[in-house]
Amino acid sequence: MSAQRPLSPFMIGPYYRPQLTSVLSILHRITGLFLCLGTIALVAWIFALASGPDSYATFAGLAHGVIGKLLLASSVFALCYHLGNGIRHLFWDAGRGFELKSVYASGYAVVVFAVVATAGVLLLAGGAR
Amino acid sequence: MSLRTPLAHVRGLGSAKDGTSHWWMQRVTAVLLAPLSIWFLLCALPLLGANYADARVWLAQPLNSFLILALVLAVIYHALLGVQVVVEDYIHTRWLEVVVLTSIRLIAFLAALATSLAVVRIAVGG
Repeated sequence: MSAQRPLSPFMIGPYYRPQLTSVLSILHRITGLFLCLGTIALVAWIFALASGPDSYATFAGLAHGVIGKLLLASSVFALCYHLGNGIRHLFWDAGRGFELKSVYASGYAVVVFAVVATAGVLLLAGGAR
Repeated sequence: MSLRTPLAHVRGLGSAKDGTSHWWMQRVTAVLLAPLSIWFLLCALPLLGANYADARVWLAQPLNSFLILALVLAVIYHALLGVQVVVEDYIHTRWLEVVVLTSIRLIAFLAALATSLAVVRIAVGG
């Protein structure tokens, strides 16, 4: 076997054109992993809240910083995308929506949903403050 | 010693030895998490920026305590199943795979325990 042969995932680009389907597939996994960070942050929020005003102030100081806000916004997007695409997966699990046309239509729908829902939720969360 | 044949042992369970339970529980938790996530995004997320007293009062309400605990526990279970597959896919050194899989189980257990204690404490006003 030739050592020159491009190996996955390094074949993407010059040797292999990514499609919506494969990009959304790996994005589901990436957002899922990213949501682990968001979950840890949520657990920290609850634990700080239970620990008292001082702990909560420490948490809030971190959360209101640039990194905290960035983590919140990207976690909201990751959750909206993972939720939308997860429902797409559940339909596939039920044996529905496998035609190429449906797969692309649901894929674009999930992308639009994720962007719109992220913007809506962040506006709602920002407006409540 | 078992008198069952090797085929009888493995039938329906496959190489992972747990049959379809991993796949199935990933879906069961997903179905539970869909409505809980929508609740979280619409009702709970605005509270993340609230001050201490407001956040405490909100989380102490029985429905909110119940839903946040259901959400976090289901998320931890769902995440554990998901991360397990990622680890199995990408880590090909067996001892390292076992170390990482065991570590994520311990982290998940500790996170579930911490959340349960914290939510109960807030809910009973301790």
